[in-house]
Amino acid sequence: MGLGTSLSCDISMNTRLSADERNKFQNSDIIRKILNGSRTIAIVGLSDKKERASNFVGSYLKSERYTIIPVNPLKQEILGEKCYSDLASIPAPVDVVDIFRRPEECVNIVKEAIAIKAKAVWMQLGIVNREAAELALQNGLLVVMDRCLKMEHGRYNGNLHWAGMNTEIITAKKVSRFI
Amino acid sequence: MSEKRKFGFETRMLHAGHIPDSYSGSRAVPIFQTAGYVFDSPEYAASLFELKQYGNIYTRISNPTTAVFEERIASLEGGTGALATASGQAAQLITMMTLMNPGDEFVASSHLYGGTYTQFEHTFKKLSIKVIFVDPTDIKHWEKAITPKTRLLYGETIGNPQGSVFDFEGVSALAKANSIPLVIDNTLASPYLCRPLEWGADIVLHSATKFLNGHGTSIAGVIVDSGKFDFSNYPAISSPSIPYHNLNFFETFGHYGFLMKARCETLRDTGASISPFNSFLLIQGLETLSLRMERHVSNALNVAKFLVDHPMVDWVNYPGLPDHPHYERTKKYLSKGAGSVFAFGLKTGNNSAREAGKKFIENLELFSHVANLGDCKSMVIHPASTTHQQLSDLELQRANVKPELIRLSIGLETTEDLLWDLEQAFHAISR
Repeated sequence: MGLGTSLSCDISMNTRLSADERNKFQNSDIIRKILNGSRTIAIVGLSDKKERASNFVGSYLKSERYTIIPVNPLKQEILGEKCYSDLASIPAPVDVVDIFRRPEECVNIVKEAIAIKAKAVWMQLGIVNREAAELALQNGLLVVMDRCLKMEHGRYNGNLHWAGMNTEIITAKKVSRFI
Repeated sequence: MSEKRKFGFETRMLHAGHIPDSYSGSRAVPIFQTAGYVFDSPEYAASLFELKQYGNIYTRISNPTTAVFEERIASLEGGTGALATASGQAAQLITMMTLMNPGDEFVASSHLYGGTYTQFEHTFKKLSIKVIFVDPTDIKHWEKAITPKTRLLYGETIGNPQGSVFDFEGVSALAKANSIPLVIDNTLASPYLCRPLEWGADIVLHSATKFLNGHGTSIAGVIVDSGKFDFSNYPAISSPSIPYHNLNFFETFGHYGFLMKARCETLRDTGASISPFNSFLLIQGLETLSLRMERHVSNALNVAKFLVDHPMVDWVNYPGLPDHPHYERTKKYLSKGAGSVFAFGLKTGNNSAREAGKKFIENLELFSHVANLGDCKSMVIHPASTTHQQLSDLELQRANVKPELIRLSIGLETTEDLLWDLEQAFHAISR
């Protein structure tokens, strides 16, 4: 199950952002644009430990047929993909930089994302750095903050609905898968 | 599309959780009466079992029809998600078993449905989980009962038979100060009359058999989570899950961690799951919730007023009446009405109260004598001669069930017909 071109969804729950900030950094149109228009996702701070949240997100995105690129200076390979020590070392173009690092590290990661011409920066659930978000925005990147990439993907393609989640999506139109 | 519309309660009652599917376009929610689901591939199946992918494995854990009911009630209560169960008792059991370990304690209001009282007092003892009941009317009683082992606070929005209205602000502040969640049974109010999550509760439960279903056709329960409680240091949720290879549900699923654990561990292992057909009937019921509740409330208020003025009535415990001790709370937390379930006392003179109660019920024509409530049809029960008949007068007193107590669940019939029926039954016992 998934969604067509029209939907109404104000994602308002479980975030520290204000309504204005939500509209800017958790906008459902921007989230769907990123999910639809991206193929390659660099995951900064991806863990090789199976039980960690970043590993869940990485393996999910891989099974949803995104190309994932682990960024972790301490490892050679995670989830069967070659690891890079930083964004600058990645030889291929990157669509999304997905961040699993502490908020204070986000500004530097955003600067790297701008340098490699990434199209979007995504700061995971619980990671809030307004300066980093504004910097990415000023440089023309799409920005999402304090949301989980896996949960948002699951929300819009209907997978999370199976788990009883309130997707906050209301529509009477017929489903058409968005990816 | 930058400005997103917040849809109203009635719109969500009809639409939340269901998007017409692409292959049939079925406008009504289809009934997925299946036990299993075909996997895309062995790898996909493995990722489902590891919770790395979201999807259906087996109807004991999730089902597409049930998912519509779950998302709809989550939307109506203002929660982050929901989990449907086989009954209201199962909703309690699954919540408590997910939040507590053997040796833990919890504090509950003593103004509870009798079945809940029994489950907490006796069945939980077998799990080495200890309940401490408190008179909920004074916040000091709650404060005194909390120990370092207390894992949660529990109460009902409208407690019976007293008709007490829960002190949401007082008790939720206490829960917050002690970093423990507040769990509320919202069965008698329904989310149309009260949304406890908006008043500081963390988890809401329902016997969905009652007003949510509305027609007395299915036994069901549901758990709704606000997603706002910080479980990061809460042992039962944030400790590594051994069956799931040390997965930390709170770290991995964030605000959805409690519900994922409740579904993938407790529901899976207790097997107290709902039938998809029952979920379908609940979805049908929810479509008219607001309309039914408005009528339930207006009929109940009319009946309560009639009883207050009746010479054969000793007392009426309806919190929607201005002289009820909790009327101020009703105005605050139940501004659309105090529900339609309440008790009153027969004035029995020299007759035995138990006998008078029995006779009163025998003479009712329209009120159904059943052990249920929240149906479109009006219902009545006399606890002293039925559910509590094995108790002595002294024991009844301790259980706060007086022998003259009659409990009503006011339905949607013509108001005058309900008053007529009560009047003729009063007349019969006065002879």
